[in-house]
Amino acid sequence: MLEDKDRIFTNLYGWESYDLPAARARGDWDGTAAILARGRDAIIEEVKASGLRGRGGAGFPTGMKWSFMPKESKDGRPSYLVINADESEPGTCKDRDILRFEPHKLIEGALIAGFAMGAHAAYIYIRGEFYNEASNVVKAIRQAYEAGLLGKNACGSGWDFDIVLHRGAGAYICGEETALLNSLEGKKGEPRNKPPFPAAAGLYSCPTTINNVETIASVPTIVRRGGAWFAGIGRNDKNTGTKLFCISGHVSQPCNVEEAMGIPLRELIEKHAGGVRGGWDNLLAVIPGGSSTPVLPKAACETALMDFDGLREAGSSLGTAAVIVMDKSTDIIYAIARLSFFYMHESCGQCTPCREGTGWVWRIMQRMVKGNATVEEIDMLYEITKEIEGHTICAHGDASAWPVQALIRHFRPEMEKRILDYRKQAA
Amino acid sequence: MPKLKINDVEIEVAPGTSILQAAEMLGVEIPRFCYHDRLSVPANCRMCLVEVSPGPPKPQASCALACADGMSVKTDSDMVKKARKGVMEMMLINHPLDCPICDQGGECDLQDQAVAYGFDRSRYYESKRAVVDKDLGPLVKTVMTRCIQCTRCVRFADEIAGTPDLGLYNRGEDVEIGPFVEKACATELSGNLVDICPVGALTSKPYAFSARPWELRKTETIDVMDAVGSNIRVDSRGTEVMRVLPRLHEGINEEWINDRTRYAIDGLKKARLDRPWIRDEKSGKLREAAWEEAFALIAARLRPLAGPEIGAIAGELCDLESMVALKDLMEALGSRNLDCRTDGAHFDPSARAGYIFNSGISAIEQADAILLIGTNPRVEATMVNARIRKAWLNNRVSIGLIGEAADLGYPYTRVGAGPREMESLLRGNNAFADRLARAQRPMIILGAGAFLRPDGSAVQALARQVAEHFGVVREGWNGFNVLQLAASRVGALDIGFLPPSGAMDIHAMLDGTRTGRIKALYLLGVDEFDVRAATGWQTFVIYQGHHGDAGAARADVILPGAAYTEKDGLYVNTEGRVQAARRAIFPPGEAREDWAILRALSAHLRCELPYESLNALRTRIVVEWPHLGDIDAQGPAPWTVFGRQGSVSESPFLSPVRNFYMTNAICRASDTMAECTRAFVEGRLSQAAE
Repeated sequence: MLEDKDRIFTNLYGWESYDLPAARARGDWDGTAAILARGRDAIIEEVKASGLRGRGGAGFPTGMKWSFMPKESKDGRPSYLVINADESEPGTCKDRDILRFEPHKLIEGALIAGFAMGAHAAYIYIRGEFYNEASNVVKAIRQAYEAGLLGKNACGSGWDFDIVLHRGAGAYICGEETALLNSLEGKKGEPRNKPPFPAAAGLYSCPTTINNVETIASVPTIVRRGGAWFAGIGRNDKNTGTKLFCISGHVSQPCNVEEAMGIPLRELIEKHAGGVRGGWDNLLAVIPGGSSTPVLPKAACETALMDFDGLREAGSSLGTAAVIVMDKSTDIIYAIARLSFFYMHESCGQCTPCREGTGWVWRIMQRMVKGNATVEEIDMLYEITKEIEGHTICAHGDASAWPVQALIRHFRPEMEKRILDYRKQAA
Repeated sequence: MPKLKINDVEIEVAPGTSILQAAEMLGVEIPRFCYHDRLSVPANCRMCLVEVSPGPPKPQASCALACADGMSVKTDSDMVKKARKGVMEMMLINHPLDCPICDQGGECDLQDQAVAYGFDRSRYYESKRAVVDKDLGPLVKTVMTRCIQCTRCVRFADEIAGTPDLGLYNRGEDVEIGPFVEKACATELSGNLVDICPVGALTSKPYAFSARPWELRKTETIDVMDAVGSNIRVDSRGTEVMRVLPRLHEGINEEWINDRTRYAIDGLKKARLDRPWIRDEKSGKLREAAWEEAFALIAARLRPLAGPEIGAIAGELCDLESMVALKDLMEALGSRNLDCRTDGAHFDPSARAGYIFNSGISAIEQADAILLIGTNPRVEATMVNARIRKAWLNNRVSIGLIGEAADLGYPYTRVGAGPREMESLLRGNNAFADRLARAQRPMIILGAGAFLRPDGSAVQALARQVAEHFGVVREGWNGFNVLQLAASRVGALDIGFLPPSGAMDIHAMLDGTRTGRIKALYLLGVDEFDVRAATGWQTFVIYQGHHGDAGAARADVILPGAAYTEKDGLYVNTEGRVQAARRAIFPPGEAREDWAILRALSAHLRCELPYESLNALRTRIVVEWPHLGDIDAQGPAPWTVFGRQGSVSESPFLSPVRNFYMTNAICRASDTMAECTRAFVEGRLSQAAE
């Protein structure tokens, strides 16, 4: 279990104020100028050494991502840092608590990360529904400007840095990094083709790095305490550091908690969330990383380790580390059908397989919930999800396919039984 | 130069070439819907997926992926076939199975590709989606349920037409293409939306339910609706022209045509002159006559006249051959009273460089500063305007305008309103003068409307002065361009269908009809002005043409000719490019090809023209004017002195085209053009019946 001294987000529960004096008391903005004085390369090296991987879901090594940015602008285009605060993945609420209780960690992280990648401006794209969170972040940014921590000669480091907060309008797809850029530019939130990657042509066709809130908010502590400290936490050198887990569903105490990478799923649920409702044996399944990650049946949950590689081995993915626990009272087919509805509703409609396929999948799933289908249609459903997966511009298609695929993989007998029951009833 | 392998065949391509383009070079077919080589690449249909190694273990969109060195691409591996099948299935689940009643049937990308790459049956048992149809005006019919959301139309309107009226709104399954607010798609290029739509969502409204593509005979020919000479394909069935489609010509119209070119053709069936008519001397009414009778009457009336008492005017839609034949006939009759400037323009036609589009239309893309003088290219020559927009889109060329302010579809600097601002450009006290002076390839586009004023020749001379001052003509570059309006005009000027000094021009001839100096007037397709009001009552007027319009209304004898789709003919476009039109259908009734009518008439006048076939006539043309034998050749004319130095008035330039949809006799006979006038010029969209 993570010791208190190793926690990054010490105000995760909002027991203290989010404002600047309180943040300073917690150690934020301490010697930021000195950190920047170490130079761009030193900061990137520190982050590389920490093994920090992107906390938004894909788990791309952060230091490496930053190093893709041009060292200097050859054609006069500026570099931009964009912070993805469009946290909309069902089950996930980690960024929300950072935004409302620890905004200064984010702002300081933005300055350090921006400096490290040669950006003079950062855009925070915040989910439209996060009204109070946006208002806290705005206040925090204003405090930082007033204290000279941002703006011209930020923190007295000689580096000019501005942060702009932009509120989204509530589309899930705008959390996809290139759709976010389009939305930020005032266009329709449709993901772009890659390549070109944002590091080459991102916001306004300028080199851009898009990072998750949690990633950026972890950076100040990492560079302050050293990459080695962060790398020392966690299961192995590929899965280092601490991570916010959001545990929801059928547990006694749903919560957000900061834990070390690689903590066993069972330990996480029992230690922090008060255990599964009705005891561990009442567990049916867990979605370990937000709605798009494949569901794990109880057997897999026994041994699953909560990190990028541990969950991949278990047949799922860490995603945003939003653990959705479902006990035996759950209608698992209905639960996944609800997710299918979500993905249909949030598809941007740009590319064919996702636009047409998500609706098709949801319609079949609706019938599966009742059992009004044939057993062969289960195979067809699986095939359809395979037609969506990997054929779309962005990962929304994949995300819509995985939960259904996992349902069929792990709960096929349940689906077949539903179909037989329906037939019996109809007869 | 990246080198890569496509299906194990090696190819080296220019950097930036997409895999799809490289595959096309090798003749490897990759199916696609959203990709169009003149539009931006959204890669949203996902039909062009191919397997690329090295790369992620999933298929990639070949239209958006640039070729890289060492790539190995497979376009028919199992992974690719499976992906295509899947995408095709998704494409079809919400596409209605209404091919039998769909106008796109037989030339539908979706139909073809579904056969080639799809499943042979449907697995979709859920309800299908229906989408509300949009009203895009009188030209484009929508059946939005058929739409596959490829967004080609949105991109065409945004990029090529410069009228961002269309968009993809809502999201997910509910996405719809349409105008954001209910309005017609107000662009002169809207017919092209029908061409680029890969399915039957956007089809041609006037052509709806009238023919199937396999019933049509296709004739590759030339358009005469403006002086651009767009290359077109005329699809005909029996004696009817069913539709007009663009034909690729990179130098002129690329692969687009304007709406007048495409939709005025219903005018070819209305108000046609299909037999000779003679005005009855007693009643003053026209009566039907036989060819022999008409010829005999003309012969009887012309024979007593002296040559200078006869005049001839050639209209806007005439082919080169008939004008040469008329000129030869007049010469044989001893008359030199010829004119082709039916719009009454004043300019100096002595130097070819002074009346053609010297640089060629495609050179607009190379210009780095363009000055438009007295022209609204959007309505005068839509394809030229599209080219200017392309130049602005690709190179952000700076554009200045002296003339009427209008929405051209790209931003420009309004330098001024009249010729006085041309003088101030010369003096250099004008912001745009700087821009022109700095340009490496400056261009002047002088509208034909700038000549429609008494000081036209002075404006021409002044424009030449501006061109000299800013180096518009320099080594390897002649950016002095005149944008003509009439399809026949450059040809007529080239063959000298003009009065030599001492003979009467159009103004003198029309005056002469009233004073009695002109006793007979031969009008070859002249409908551009009110002939009845302009000619005196005693003059014997012969009208040869295809439409019962302004000219026929005044004629004493009407000789029915052929429209541009009904005869082989040469036309010289505004660039001075000679193009050959071909006959798609026969002229109606007893109407005949125009040169043949003149040849037959010459026999009755006992001055037989020395050519018995069109080929012989063309040989005669090439002997006198060798450059007219060079089909499709284009180049600047020698830069000499032209125009007449003089003072210019202060009055502003006005574009002669007030209504894009009504410019000639064919348009005026067209119901579709009348409908367009109501919708786009008068702004009254037809209301759906409640």
